[in-house]
Amino acid sequence: MGIFNILKGDRGGQLFLAILLVAVLAVPYFSLATSPDSPFHFSIYSVTLLGKYLAFALLAIAVDLAWGYLGILSLGHGAFFALGGYAMGMYLMRQIGDRGVYGNPQLPDFMVFLNWDSLPWFWLGFDMFWFAMLMVALIPGLLALLFGWLAFRSRVTGVYLSIITQALTYALMLAFFRNEMGFGGNNGLTDFKDIIGFSLQSDNTRVALFIATALLLGLGYLACRLIVMSRLGKVAVAIRDAEDRVRFIGYRVEHVKLAIFTFSAVLAGIAGALYVPQVGIINPGEFSPINSIEIVIWVAIGGRATLYGAAAGAILVNYGKSYFTAALPEVWLFALGTLFVLVTLFLPKGIVGVLGGKRAAK
Amino acid sequence: MKTLDRLRTGMSRDRVFDFMMPTTGLEVDVSHGILLYLEGVTVSFDGFKAIDNLNLYLEAGELRCIIGPNGAGKTTMMDIITGKTRPQRGSVHFGQNIDLLRLSEPEIAQVGIGRKFQKPTVFESHTVFENLEMAMSGDKRVWPTFRARLNGEQKDQIDKMLETIGLVDQRADTAGSLSHGQKQWLEIGMLLMQDPHLLLVDEPVAGMTHQEMERTADLLTSLAGRHTVVVVEHDMDFVRSIARKVTVLHQGSVLAEGSMEEVQNDRRVVEVYLGG
Repeated sequence: MGIFNILKGDRGGQLFLAILLVAVLAVPYFSLATSPDSPFHFSIYSVTLLGKYLAFALLAIAVDLAWGYLGILSLGHGAFFALGGYAMGMYLMRQIGDRGVYGNPQLPDFMVFLNWDSLPWFWLGFDMFWFAMLMVALIPGLLALLFGWLAFRSRVTGVYLSIITQALTYALMLAFFRNEMGFGGNNGLTDFKDIIGFSLQSDNTRVALFIATALLLGLGYLACRLIVMSRLGKVAVAIRDAEDRVRFIGYRVEHVKLAIFTFSAVLAGIAGALYVPQVGIINPGEFSPINSIEIVIWVAIGGRATLYGAAAGAILVNYGKSYFTAALPEVWLFALGTLFVLVTLFLPKGIVGVLGGKRAAK
Repeated sequence: MKTLDRLRTGMSRDRVFDFMMPTTGLEVDVSHGILLYLEGVTVSFDGFKAIDNLNLYLEAGELRCIIGPNGAGKTTMMDIITGKTRPQRGSVHFGQNIDLLRLSEPEIAQVGIGRKFQKPTVFESHTVFENLEMAMSGDKRVWPTFRARLNGEQKDQIDKMLETIGLVDQRADTAGSLSHGQKQWLEIGMLLMQDPHLLLVDEPVAGMTHQEMERTADLLTSLAGRHTVVVVEHDMDFVRSIARKVTVLHQGSVLAEGSMEEVQNDRRVVEVYLGG
């Protein structure tokens, strides 16, 4: 199945990918090749901000795959995002080497501060990029596999499942806050210097990170679209609509759920790994339940079960957040809450449902 | 004594140990002409015996109607056969060789038992065609499902089914837009796509118009022979129009069995059900 087949009839998706492609080509040009005085200049600060939004968009697509198509309302996807972020953060910490405050070539600063004399076993290997990238996908994936296996096998569904996903991310947050966990406790991991030998402070690296994020977002979109268009995707929607019937026509509902949920968690982990080098920090706050709920709000506002709607929702809401938290910090949470209520009441298909996407819910 | 009995049957030379029996890829053996054996089945919910020592045998290819007052255990019986409810006692065998109590719901569907629910359940946001496509027999594990593409033969198979259930013109419509009767037919079509040996149909004509009822009767009678069909129904006129053999359930066990005429003239049946 070629790329054109996957996108057949998906006008929103075609538009989304086209915009993404234009951004990949135009943003580097306007940020690096124009002088800072030029009216067309795009500041590096904006590039990084945009890169952060795109990482959130990938996260939103992952949630939409599980919620919009499979009917699993996960209120804990922030956990997978944060785990991917931590895996990337551990790599970046090892990259610091002896340039830390304490100058210890082996141990990250917080370990020296805690008087640890050697690296804990689970930090081994994270000095290698390929290993860290493997963990970015593997750790969220394994957690989702284990969690999903237990939950789906006992046929926990609906709001009960949502509550345990919420509990999962909350438990992880409490665990990561502890210093003895070995992940920097309250402060998390920060003070990053390099990624694969390139300085994170340099403009070129920042633009490259933006491009990598945009490309992975595009690939993630295509991968989700491939699943959604396959018979497996149709079965997933069938599970959302009538789970018992799917079981009685001979599908292993829990296996289908497990496969798609795990894939979604891996995507969330990748999004986290793209997010961390651009914002320069990862701390246990990323596990907080509020964050996971916010992701669901992006998806609902953008439009459920469309994929591109989720991405659009993530970008728009986060743009709004950046704007309002600077201009009117006290109203932001109220505005977000009101927006969510209004969208749920009046626009069940979200923003893309209004913008002529009449087949959006399919 | 019970342990001894179990040991005896377990050690008998013509059997393999239960745990060594494969649970997938089974082909039902109906060499004795009986497709389904329910023997001494008992199910109780909080002390209430929904099924009480039920014995029921279905011949391969027959069309059997099951009637009985509310709470007689008709739906519970279907739940047991399809693996939704596990009995406390008794045995349920499919043909000579398959012990249904050891299989999960999807495995039971895979060996060839299809079930239509009381309320029509189709996948409302998919088209009629897609509903049939998903139900089609084949490898239903995750990866093969992901890779699955329709070939010409399978498309013909779906087209033929659309004709059988009379939904050719609705093939591209979403199932949610169908009328109540059409949904019932689509659901029967979905069951048939799996090419089941046994078809369990729970109240197929509830809420249907007279005309739709006649078509359903034609459809079900045309299926008998190739498939074994069990119909649970309240509507006596409908049962009379299709029945060859009728089983009357009462308080979880079989009260009477025979042709419609015999059953109607049975004094006990008249007492509990028909005349009262």
